[in-house]
Amino acid sequence: MTPLPGTLSAPLVVEFPFTRSLGPVQSAFLTGLRERTLLGVRTQAGEVLVPPVEYDPATADELRDLVEVGATGTVTTWAWNPEPRRGQPLATPFAWVLVRLDGADTALLHALDAPSPEAVRTGLRVRIRWAAERSGAITDIACFEPYDSGGSDSDPAAEPVPHTVAFEDPVTGIVAPARLDYTYSPGRAQTRYLHALTERRTVGERCPSCAKVYVPPRGACPTCGVATTDQVEVGPRGTVTTFCIVNIKARNAEIEVPYVYAHIALDGAGLALHGRIAGIPYDQVRMGLRVEPVWSEDGRYPDHYRPAGEPDADYDTYKELL
Amino acid sequence: MPEAVTSKECVAVVGIGQTKHVAARRDVSIAGLVREAAVRALADAELTWADIDAVVIGKAPDFFEGVMMPELYLADALGAVGKPMLRVHTAGSVGGSTALVAANLVAARVHRTVLTLAFEKQSESNAMWGLSLPVPFQQPLLAGAGGFFAPHVRAYMRRTGAPDTIGSLVAYKDRRNALLNPYAHLHEHDLTLEKVQASPMLWDPIRYSETCPSSDGACAMILTDRTGAARSPRPPAWVHGGAMRSEPTLFAGKDFVSPQAGRDCAADVYRQAGVTDPRREIDAVEMYVPFSWYEPMWLENLGFAEEGEGWKLTEAGVTELDGDLPVNPSGGVLSTNPIGASGMIRFAEAALQVRGEAGEHQVEGARRALGHAYGGGAQFFSMWLVGDTPPTA
Repeated sequence: MTPLPGTLSAPLVVEFPFTRSLGPVQSAFLTGLRERTLLGVRTQAGEVLVPPVEYDPATADELRDLVEVGATGTVTTWAWNPEPRRGQPLATPFAWVLVRLDGADTALLHALDAPSPEAVRTGLRVRIRWAAERSGAITDIACFEPYDSGGSDSDPAAEPVPHTVAFEDPVTGIVAPARLDYTYSPGRAQTRYLHALTERRTVGERCPSCAKVYVPPRGACPTCGVATTDQVEVGPRGTVTTFCIVNIKARNAEIEVPYVYAHIALDGAGLALHGRIAGIPYDQVRMGLRVEPVWSEDGRYPDHYRPAGEPDADYDTYKELL
Repeated sequence: MPEAVTSKECVAVVGIGQTKHVAARRDVSIAGLVREAAVRALADAELTWADIDAVVIGKAPDFFEGVMMPELYLADALGAVGKPMLRVHTAGSVGGSTALVAANLVAARVHRTVLTLAFEKQSESNAMWGLSLPVPFQQPLLAGAGGFFAPHVRAYMRRTGAPDTIGSLVAYKDRRNALLNPYAHLHEHDLTLEKVQASPMLWDPIRYSETCPSSDGACAMILTDRTGAARSPRPPAWVHGGAMRSEPTLFAGKDFVSPQAGRDCAADVYRQAGVTDPRREIDAVEMYVPFSWYEPMWLENLGFAEEGEGWKLTEAGVTELDGDLPVNPSGGVLSTNPIGASGMIRFAEAALQVRGEAGEHQVEGARRALGHAYGGGAQFFSMWLVGDTPPTA
């Protein structure tokens, strides 16, 4: 979505390498691929499902009867992919295909290396092109490719064969990287707030109904459900309402432990924001401590807050902000 | 209108199944994990897949395991083909909300028998990452999950004057109770109160031994109507009241120590169940206590103690297994935490108590028990009250 004119936006990439335990059926299937052996699973009704599943889609029965099927098959349907994206099986245009392998009753989704859409049709005979390096993953099948079957639409000799699944060193888990690309826009209220912060001013917004001042502003009051329009400068000083002493280093955090992580109600704000307290030994921080922001040269936010040198605030003045 | 149209159907819990909760179940897929709990619940109810009319499933946000809409892929494992399947999302409270959605389907006579299930495979998940995405322009949270809750614990201590040992009493009690529960994750046989009190201070005032573990596990229940309950081979637990409440994560005037949504949710449940004095009328409580101090905090929020008095119940041993208001006889979230399932485990353990099926951690003579869950930034609440007899109209 295009951000509103005059608002900030920035890319947000979310990615993480998730691990997956495979369980007995997927373990056999992926280990089989590593050994160039295609395994399916036979249901009680006698159907052979490839790729195999752990539980019968029709009856919910547990399925464990693994059988070997052919490395050749027939395209049951397809879609041309003119512009492959990153992470897809082939870098050049290709067809997504559903392939019913010889001996199987269901079809497997994969890529077909074909020169053009004109070269692809339902009923096309295809075979597996194995990856040179195989690790026990669906990518062990590099892709499918058309081959000359001498005019036959299937391999009449293909019958699934029972398989003992006595692989050495079976694959029991995989890593499944996930990645999402977003364009993030904080919206108009936060953009105004961020612009004010560049001048080292903290500007919240007041709810016209309940008169509470939201810092940071969200454009609306979550309690009253109405737009907040009046801009109100708060702080710069505030009161520590509560805090904890952090003794374990968070991943990627550059701050040395122990340090104090506090809720700070800036003067005039209707709720506390979060910040680090420094300039005082960590074990002397207390509820009610009056603090002021300390800015770094290039920080968007105050680097931390330090004691303002005032007497502590009375508990009654901030207990509603806890 | 005639009574038959306006009154709700009674809802009974006739089957309960859990996996043995552990740090990592590398031997099963997610499908295999949920299947194990579901099969045990069916066996407990002596029912088959064909007896189930609908499936209601819950888990924590998709980002945790990185499987988008896992319910789609779990339909086969849960026998949901050809049946309605629903997914519920309410952060950490989801296990409770999921059970309530299932119960409401039976109460409304939409379905007669519903399988409800919640799970998390935290060993294949990253909750910390899923909850702290690097959103541009925002100040990163500097303190981790415990750091989010620890300041609220300090606020509770300031407000009530509770001595700083209360948290350790809760942790020691819950971990001892877990030794009586074969499904609990942590079985710390040599734990002592001294060891809890000497464990490292992570987010002062929260110590290591006062925090929940990270678990793989699933919990399933079979809910049914009066006709289904009449066929149940074992005593059913009857739902006497159930409610959910929400509020924003942060708003001016939010009381993090005793959120309004939690108080309102409990009051609604008690009203439905005809409970006027929860402390006297409820025999056992399974409450969501991920950090030990939340026991005294929730005792007040749920109306078991006056404001400022919750810690006195804990200190006096009232919440021990042999106290007059046992809290978390199963060992609670402090001993077992497959996040998405944790709320449903609370609801299921409450049901086990009134069925008399809780085994070694059975509260003698428990006739009414409360199951409680909360989630997000203390913003979602779900609770049910179950009894050993059908509710009277």
